[in-house]
Amino acid sequence: MTMNRRAFLGTSAALTAALGTPMIARAQATPRVVVVGGGSGGATAARYIARDSAGAIDVTLIEPQRVYHTCYFGNLYLGGFFDYDDLGHSYDGLAANYGINVVHDWAVGVDRDAKTVSLASGASVPYDRLVLSPGIDFVDGSVQGWSVSAQGRMPHAYKGGTQVELLRAQIAAMPQGGTFAMVAPPNPYRCPPGPYERISMVAHYLRENNPTAKILLVDPKESFSKQGLFEDGWNRHYSGMVTRIGPDMGGNAIEVDPAAMTVTIDGVVEKVDVCNVIPGQRAGQIAFAAGITDGNWAPVSAYDMSSKVDPNITVLGDAAAQGAMPKSGFSANSQAKVAANAIVAALTGSRAFPARYSNTCWSLLDTDDGIKVGATYEASDTGIVSIDSFVSQIGETADVRAATYRESLDWYRAITSDMFV
Amino acid sequence: MRSARALISALVLAASAATSSPLLAEGDPAQGEALYRPCRACHMLGDGAVHRVGPHLNGIIDRVIGAVPGYDFSDDLANAGAEGRVWDADALDRFLAAPRDYFPRTRMVFRGIRDEQDRLDLIAYMLAEGGRSDSAVMDAANIAIDPEIAAILAIAGDVPYGEYLSSECTACHRDSGGSDIPTIKGLAPSAFIAGMVDYRNGTREHQVMNTVARRLGDEELAALAAYFARTE
Ligand SMILES: Cc1cc2nc3c(=O)[nH]c(=O)nc-3n(C[C@H](O)[C@H](O)[C@H](O)COP(=O)(O)OP(=O)(O)OC[C@H]3O[C@@H](n4cnc5c(N)ncnc54)[C@H](O)[C@@H]3O)c2cc1C
Repeated sequence: MTMNRRAFLGTSAALTAALGTPMIARAQATPRVVVVGGGSGGATAARYIARDSAGAIDVTLIEPQRVYHTCYFGNLYLGGFFDYDDLGHSYDGLAANYGINVVHDWAVGVDRDAKTVSLASGASVPYDRLVLSPGIDFVDGSVQGWSVSAQGRMPHAYKGGTQVELLRAQIAAMPQGGTFAMVAPPNPYRCPPGPYERISMVAHYLRENNPTAKILLVDPKESFSKQGLFEDGWNRHYSGMVTRIGPDMGGNAIEVDPAAMTVTIDGVVEKVDVCNVIPGQRAGQIAFAAGITDGNWAPVSAYDMSSKVDPNITVLGDAAAQGAMPKSGFSANSQAKVAANAIVAALTGSRAFPARYSNTCWSLLDTDDGIKVGATYEASDTGIVSIDSFVSQIGETADVRAATYRESLDWYRAITSDMFV
Repeated sequence: MRSARALISALVLAASAATSSPLLAEGDPAQGEALYRPCRACHMLGDGAVHRVGPHLNGIIDRVIGAVPGYDFSDDLANAGAEGRVWDADALDRFLAAPRDYFPRTRMVFRGIRDEQDRLDLIAYMLAEGGRSDSAVMDAANIAIDPEIAAILAIAGDVPYGEYLSSECTACHRDSGGSDIPTIKGLAPSAFIAGMVDYRNGTREHQVMNTVARRLGDEELAALAAYFARTE
């Protein structure tokens, strides 16, 4: 008998009961946690709450997709380092191993007084505690000329799944010597190194398959995560291929035309072959529907990730305004464990421990050339604060870089197990 | 260099552990003889056995780990002995299953024996040929231990706290281990603590592990060690 495979009483009938039975009938029964969004934050939270409460809490996970495709390693798929199918993870393990009621539907509303979540199907799910981890949506009008309806021509590929496949197909179909353009997002957005790792992976693909192609990176930000490391990598591996237009050159005043496939920078029209538009971001829509946002994000307590507007709601991952942690899968997973401990303690009387968070983001520059950045964090009254950090150095040996890359592969397998297995 | 507390606990544990384990009865020494053949390349067993590449294995059953005089053990084994651990059938069984999972810094070059019955047969053979240790106390008296590690080993680890803290580890460390990131499950507490202390004070370098370890106090390390030792 192992400690982390504790006996768990399946409660597969609980959802049917929760959906079909009047609330009064279950009011005195097992406490109910409803988790909206089965990604890095939500899947982890559901798994830890169910595991650690060992049947003392009913856990329902609401997630429209049957297979979760991670954003992480999506760039490696673009570069040809990872198979598309390996990005997908099913929810079967959460249901089978932990008795979580997985409901494949959209949450469309939250009644905070009645403590119910309404679903697109019309059903209403009662909760004692609600966890929202819906990830991001895009800010309307963030990139002039682009809207979500243009994502078929100019994909964002900044949510997992089909958008990433589409971008890969477009890159593969580029004419020899063609131009790949990326419109990078303004801060804050998910995965600070993500766009720049993508540039590296697209450059790798093009160097192998379309060596005269060009990459145009249009960026509204003065500087970006691991900038020195990325630029050093681009110079070493893809010399002359990548041109970055920062705000000083008009990178913050652009317009796209999806029909004409053009990017206009400071009045100059560029015809491009692929245009990856990564717009400005905000919390997933359900956080707005719940009325717990301030500006673009949902503010939370750093001590347990509970909403500053409603203590019965916990917000995890990208959607939360928590302080110093970057919006990453690693961060969302870390926050989920802190929140799970707090929720199980509040609902069952088990021990609550102080919040502690950590994050590491790996990026791949080229074959066997991995870099990383990371930090440890703790809670404070003003938000989550960083207490210690590290970053890869320019000029590290090939052995160190190769080991960093191999480590990232191990991390990928570990975190997806920590979410789904 | 020696911590009185650790030494005392070593003596107490060594004495109390010398009881027979049901596992010992389950092996067949006759089957174990063939299984011992590859071990012979490095380890002597039986009359007149002395240390060779590996230490001699006479009296290995219930012998204090990493403490037999005249052999230079890896830190992991020496620390385990300093903590008072002995080669009881359970420890031998887990070590033989996957030596580097149990004591990552062991110098023994051996991948392990998958089949549980094979391991029990081998242990039974070693008992039949080399006998049981009758010198646990004497062995323990030769132990020296780093005072920083000894202080942490002396703390009774808070297992539920360790379980909570371990969730930081599981973001990267899988139960089954990876190619570069090893599993921590079931690690001997002495090996876990010695490794983490090295990361904490920078003797062992790794950006992520140094950063993680720097914020772990002695209580946290003891709690984690106690938790991981209980996982399989
Ligand atoms: C290209 C790229 C590379 C990245 N690389 C890394 C990396 O290497 N390392 C790293 O740590 N992070 C990386 N990230 C960031 C990481 O993907 C996100 O930060 C992380 O997934 C956030 O977790 P989350 O739980 O907030 O949201 P998500 O993981 O996006 O999960 C949200 C889930 O909620 C569901 N959902 C949304 N709305 C509703 C609703 N109304 N009802 C029900 N369900 C809903 C969605 O379907 C989705 O499954 C990368 C991101 C990108 C785009």
